Order: sequence, then C-alpha cells, then structure tokens
Amino acid sequence: MSTATTHDAHHEEHPSGLARWIFTTNHKDIGTLYLLFALLMFIVGGAMAMIIRAELFEPGLQFVEPQFFNSMTTMHALVMIFGAVMPAFVGLANWLIPMMIGAPDMALPRMNNWSFWILPFAFAILISTLFMDGGAPAGGWTMYPPLVLQTGNAFPFLIFAVHLMGISSIMGAINVIVTIINMRAPGMTMMKMPLFVWTWLITAYLLIATMPVLAGSVTMLLTDRFFDTSFFDAAGGGDPVMFQHIFWFFGHPEVYILILPAFGIVSQIIPTFARKPLFGYSSMVYATASIAFLSFIVWAHHMFTVGMPLTGELFFMYATMLIAVPTGVKVFNWVSTMWKGSMTFETPMLFAVGFVVMFTIGGFSGLMLAIAPVDFQYHDTYFVVAHFHYVLVTGAVFAIMGATYYWLPKWTGHMYSEKLGKLHFWLSTISVNVLFFPQHFLGLAGMPRRIPDYSPQFTEFNQLSSIGGFAFGLTQLLFVYIVIQTIRGGEKASEQVWEGAHGLEWTLPSPPPYHSFSTAPEIK
Amino acid sequence: MLVSKTRRALTAGAGAAALLSAATASADYKLNLTRGVTPISQGAYDMHMLILWVCVAIGVVVFGTMFISIIRHRKSKGAKPAQFHESTAVEIVWTIVPFVILVSMAIPATRALVAMEDTSNSDISIKVTGYQWKWGYDYMDEGVSFISTLATPKEQIYNQQDKGEHYLLEVDNPIVVPVKKKVRLLITSNDVIHAWWVPKLGMKKDAIPGFINEMWFRIDREGTYRGQCAELCGKDHGFMPIVVEAKNEADYRQWIADQKGAKAADAAAADRDWSMAELMERGEKKYAANCAACHQASGEGIPGTFPALKGSAIATGPVAQHLDRVMNGKAGTAMAAFAGQLSDVDLAAIVTYERNAWGNNTGDLVQPSEVKAAR
Ligand code: HEC
Ligand SMILES: [Cu+2]
Repeated sequence: MSTATTHDAHHEEHPSGLARWIFTTNHKDIGTLYLLFALLMFIVGGAMAMIIRAELFEPGLQFVEPQFFNSMTTMHALVMIFGAVMPAFVGLANWLIPMMIGAPDMALPRMNNWSFWILPFAFAILISTLFMDGGAPAGGWTMYPPLVLQTGNAFPFLIFAVHLMGISSIMGAINVIVTIINMRAPGMTMMKMPLFVWTWLITAYLLIATMPVLAGSVTMLLTDRFFDTSFFDAAGGGDPVMFQHIFWFFGHPEVYILILPAFGIVSQIIPTFARKPLFGYSSMVYATASIAFLSFIVWAHHMFTVGMPLTGELFFMYATMLIAVPTGVKVFNWVSTMWKGSMTFETPMLFAVGFVVMFTIGGFSGLMLAIAPVDFQYHDTYFVVAHFHYVLVTGAVFAIMGATYYWLPKWTGHMYSEKLGKLHFWLSTISVNVLFFPQHFLGLAGMPRRIPDYSPQFTEFNQLSSIGGFAFGLTQLLFVYIVIQTIRGGEKASEQVWEGAHGLEWTLPSPPPYHSFSTAPEIK
Repeated sequence: MLVSKTRRALTAGAGAAALLSAATASADYKLNLTRGVTPISQGAYDMHMLILWVCVAIGVVVFGTMFISIIRHRKSKGAKPAQFHESTAVEIVWTIVPFVILVSMAIPATRALVAMEDTSNSDISIKVTGYQWKWGYDYMDEGVSFISTLATPKEQIYNQQDKGEHYLLEVDNPIVVPVKKKVRLLITSNDVIHAWWVPKLGMKKDAIPGFINEMWFRIDREGTYRGQCAELCGKDHGFMPIVVEAKNEADYRQWIADQKGAKAADAAAADRDWSMAELMERGEKKYAANCAACHQASGEGIPGTFPALKGSAIATGPVAQHLDRVMNGKAGTAMAAFAGQLSDVDLAAIVTYERNAWGNNTGDLVQPSEVKAAR
C-alpha cells in the first residue's frame, strides 16, 4: 500500500507500519481505510446474500432454519448499507474532495480519523450478535416494532451498533461540509465545483438531518424494551406505526444518501469519455437539490399499506411521483452529454453507461411503486426487492466500481488491466441482470419478500436468480484481484490519466503527494 | 425457461424491451400481475399495465437515443466532439413533458385509490386477527370464529415427502365468503405486525396490534383464492398462508350453519369430564398446531428465544399458574394470550399434555370446566 502515497519532502515525517494507519489524519490514508473497509464488508454482506440465494434455490428448507434466514436478510441489509455502500462513498469523498477543490487535506483531520475508526467497532459488535443467545437480529433492517423487540440478547447490541454508525456518519458529514465551505482554492466558486463535490455536499446535509432521527427512533425502541416506556406499544397508549413514520423519515433520505454521490461520480466519468463538457451543469445542481428536498416529504410511500387516511395516501403518492421529474432531468442530461461526443469505452465508462441504463430501470419500477393503488399489490413482494437492488447494486455499487477504475490510476500511479476490467464489467452486468430481473416476475406473480421457503410455482425464476447471484458473487473476486494487482504494480499512469479528463485532481502527479495542494492552485 | 432465457438476453441490452415482452405475456400469471377476481384487482391491473407501457415508451426513447449515440458518436469512428453544454429551452421542455405525463397518470390513480378505500355499505364484516403464525377469523354478525393455520406437513417442508399441489398455500380452516357481496375486513393483530394479502383480491393491508384497519372486496367468481402474510412477522412468516373460498349464497349459508353446529357441540363437550387419555390425545394435536412453532414438538424450545417447557418451573409447578400463563400470555414477549383463541377443551387438553409429556410426569389432569371457571 505504501505506493499509494509518497513522502513530501517539505513536511514532517509521519509514522509507518500499523501506527500510520491507526493514528493517521491524512485524507488519503483515511480514504484508503474507508475503501478497504467497504470492500471487506461488501464481501461479508455478499457471503450472506449467497446463503440467502442458496436457501431459495429450491422450495423446502435445505440449508438454514427460518430464524437464521431472517437474520441473514436483516444482517445482509445492515452490512451492505451501513458497512459497504456508505463507507465506500465516504472513502471516495476523503480521497477526492480535497484534490477536487484544491485543498491540502480535509478540514477536520482528527475527527476524520475518529469517524473511520468507530466503524470497525460498530461492525464487530453487529457481527458478534451472530454468536449470541437467540441469534442475530432477525426483524428486518427496518427494525419495526413489536417484532424487533422479540430479538434475543442481540437487541441492545444492535441499537448500540446503529448509534455508532450514526455518529460516524454525522462526523464524516460535518467534515465534508466544513471542508467544502472553507477550503476551496481561490476562484473555485460554488458553481465551478465538480458535480461529485456538489452531490456530496448535499448528501452531507441529508446525513446531518436524518441520522439523528434514526438514532432517536432506535433509542425509543431501547427504552420501550428496557425502561418501560411505550412509544410503540398500543397497550400503553403508543403506536407501532409511529416508529415506521420516524424510521422512514430517516430511511427515505437515506436512499438518496446512497445514490446522490453515485450521480456525482457518473457526472464526472461521462464527460471525460465523451470528451465533451457535462450538459446542463447548473440544472444538474438544481435537480440534485430538488431531489434532496423532495426526499423529506415522501417517506410514507414505504408504508401505503399501514392504513393511512386517503388524503395521506394521495399526498405521498403525488409527492413521490414528482421525484421522477428531477431524476429524469439527470438522465436526459447524461444522454445529452454523450450525444455528439467522441466516445471511448474504457472500464469506467462502461460502468457509467451501465449505471444510466440499469439505474433508470430501477427508476421505472420506482415510479410504478409510487402509484398507491398498485403498490397495494407490489408492496412487500419481490418486485420491491428487484426495484431496490436495481437502484442500489446496478446503481450505487456500479458507480462505486466505476469510480474505482476511474481514479485508481490516480491513487496508485498504476494503470489497471483494461482487459480484466472490461471482463469484470461484462460478467457483472450479465450476472446481475440474471440475478435481479427475474425477481420482477416473482413479485408480480405474488411471491412475498423475506420468506425462506415458497410455493413451487416460483421455482424457475428463483433458480435463475440464484444462478445469477452465485455468478455475480464470484465475479466480484475478480474485482478484488484487479484492485490488488493495480495497487502492487502496473503500467505507470500519467498525471492526466484519461485523455478527456478535466479537473484539479488530474493536475497532480499520479500518485499525488501526501498533502494534496500545499499551495492553492489557480482556477481559470 | 426458454422464453425467460431469451427475455434475459434482451435485458442485458435493453431492460425496457424485456419489460415489454413480459407485458405481452400478460395472460400468464407467472410473469405478470394477476387480473384477479374483484373490481379492485382489475383496477390495480389496469393501472399497472398503463404505467408499465408508459415506462416502456419512455425507455424506448431514452435508451434508443443513447444507443444511437453510443453507436455513432465514437472516437473510433472518427467522431469529433461537439462543445454544446447548455440549453435552457431544452431543460424546460424535459421538465414540463414528464410533469404532464405524471399528471395524466395521477388522475386514474386517484380515481382507483378513492374506490379502493371506500369501505362503506358492506354486506358482511369479518374481523381478521394476525397471530404468530396463523390467522384468526371472526364473522361478527354470525358469531362464527375460528383459527386458520398452515396445513402443509413438516415432512414436506423438510423435503422428506413430495410437495403437494398447494404446498405452503393450504390451511386447515379456509375463510369462506359469498360471491357478489361486498365483504369488509377489519384487520388487526395480537402480537407483531402482519399483512393480509390475497393477490387475486387485489389488495393488502397491515394487521397492526392495537389498531384496526379496513379493506374490502367483492368476488365475482366462485373459487379458491390463495395468499400469504406479507409483512415480516418472525420465524414462521413464510408459513402463515391465507385461503379464501368464494361460494354461492346457498352454500355459504350452509357453511355458516355447519360452523354454528360445531361450535355448539364443542360447548357441550366442555361440560363433561374428560379422561386423561382423551385429553392427552387432543392435547398433542393442539399443541403441535398452536405451540410447537416456538416451544418445539420436543418441548425443548429454542434456547435464548423460546423457553423449554420440558421440566420448566411453570409447566411442573402449580396448575393455576400454568393455566394463567397460557390463557393470558406474558405481556411484552412473544408468549401470546391464548384464552381468546382456543376453546375450553383445547386449553385443558394442551395444559394437561404439557404437564405430562416429555417426562413432566406431574400426573395432573385439567378439566375443561376448570378452564371455564378461570376465564
Ligand atoms: C410465538 C411464539 C410462542 C408460541 C406460539 C407459544 N409460546 Fe409459550 N412462550 C413463548 C415465549 C417467548 C415465552 C417466554 C416468556 C417469558 O419471557 O417469560 C413463553 C413461555 C411459555 C410458558 C412459560 C414457560 C416458563 O417456564 O417460563 C408456557 C407454559 C408456555 N409458554 C406455554 C405455551 C403454550 C401452551 C402455547 C400454545 C398454546 C405457547 N406457549 C405458544 C413463546 C411462544
Ligand atoms: Cu405474519
């Protein structure tokens, strides 16, 4: 890993070995830690998904008991959302934001160190629940009471782990905001910032607004269980549905936290390989901001079946449909950026184009789910599972992989193997569609989600989906191999790396110096 | 399978095309949403097809443009990059056009939703209660009530027997309703949140403890319609199906009369003394249906989650305390109150069974009359 950074003669020596990583306050080191941690969690969460798909390969119970199956779906979601996708984006933010805005480092380096080092403890706690009496949490990642209150000894550990993840995210978000507001090089006005910086700025505000809400809701669960409150217990004057409202007030912005930075990444990659500036830069910024605003007023579309009054259902249906407008603007802008460009299709571009197509498919099913009268049929079926995996896997995860290929030469100074990268893209794209597309059909045919066993009419599509799942899982080992190979060596990367790349990070050497811009660059 | 393979091939290239071919196979229940057998399910299906086609059309335009660009505007084909990067007019158009499309979809959606939520003027009201993991039905105007549990044997689930035709979608006591009548369901739960869903009836509603939700349907055709609990409700969430039998008015009346007769016979049975052998035999069956999901057939429970009854302090202690725990449950835990779910005879049989099975040889015999007195 030492190749990822070089010593800067003008600066004090920093520790090497393990101490370097534990005490580091350097944005690149911390970015690397975040990214490696995310990769590890991606493998852990992926292994859980393999167990789920193995059990669902055939009707009947073959490998695991229903309770453990439920633990797997619950833990898979928590690990992937809070352990893989979010830390991966924070890692990218750490590496890239200072380089993109012409700053030497993040504004709050010590807090940066702390916000990372909380995570291994949070997930050690969460994963240790697998070995506790009563098993790991099995009430779903949404933690709905009263079911979640039936969790065994794992319950307080679940809550504590969620608190830690929340604290880490909030600190990361504060750091991003302070850095972007205060550390921009002279001349880097807000409307000159790269879109990745913009989308992260907005994401950071979403995090600060919603993580405390999640913390509050799980704390109420904790007091309901241990301190005789009854926030969510009707027998004591509470309401279990209130939890769902509070949870999704966090949960819906959360899904945009998981996708806005991906929008930013794709908006960096497409112009580079189309060799043409991003179409509609300012409308992209406004669209991102409108999506963020709308994300706060649509939460109850996750709970159309709880028995809201008609007017409530209508409001949340209309508001949700409205999100299609700014999201559409983004897709149209990306397509227009490609239009009349001079395109080449290196691996990052393949992932970006794959993102646009498959995220849009996820967007279409999202629009379908927004229509309340049909959502009563789709809700809690595999149609929903297909929908959110299209936006999260072929959306967020594809963007993260595209970003890795795009910036890895900058970070390591080495080119990755283009042949293997393309192979990874095509294998991933084919297998991921075999994995998730049939789940639309399963859901429409009436298969509920979160069940370990099913009626034989659903067998064929489940088998197809499982085969796709195993193939997708295996393919990611190739990704791990490519990343390690590139870190360890390879063809030297130039400063600019990509012919069409624009932006401050491409003016630094590859790999960049330990402190990015010691003197502020000039922005034309 | 072959059909789905070609469909998949399309997916890789253009997802919209795949969605489209799914739509054309709409008659096939395995691929598309069911049309169902109620006005509600028909309405949902129509909305579904409308929005699906709108998405397909938008997909064709957007992806079509993109693929033309990908084919034509390549560097390898000598394409020179244009430098345009802004057009307010275009931005306004592609904000307004989608908005108009959305409004045109919101109008029929609103109409469908208003119709679905109108539970007024119903002919029959049935209270539906979700339990971990079974459904309770209570015909409020008739005084008929019963519990409906999974009928698929464990051997089929654990692959020791071939799976039956309605594997996992069969119950011991189906809910019976007359056709062409507006049936209103009052849905609630006794423990955690469940959701009542039969796809062919067109709607699902959550069953929430302490609250009552409403939903309605009017079935056009006689037949048997199957569904499942749709909200994660714990270990056996996948094993609490719903079966609705829609009958003509005369058959429905007959069924109600039969149910009432059975109930009267049960009440009479509670007044006589039962022998140990009778109680143990009935107790074993009822225990298997109502308690074994948690406490296990072996009485050993699941450590850390569900306590063992084998040798437990309560199951071998005073009878009154044992009976109280079973009838009234324990608040805040998964142990529900069974007084409202089970008859006097069943409760007496189960408690007797628990006190004498698995080596809990207390020798105690609990009579239905004692249960009646404890109510
Ligand atoms: C949904 C799971 C579930 C079902 C079904 C269930 N129980 Fe329980 N039962 C529990 C739990 C959990 C406890 C422990 C409650 C506590 O914390 O004390 C319990 C406790 C008990 C106890 C007290 C045991 C002891 O020594 O503390 C008895 C007796 C009992 N159940 C009987 C029954 C009977 C009889 C039935 C069927 C009619 C039944 N249970 C069905 C979950 C269940
Ligand atoms: Cu249920």
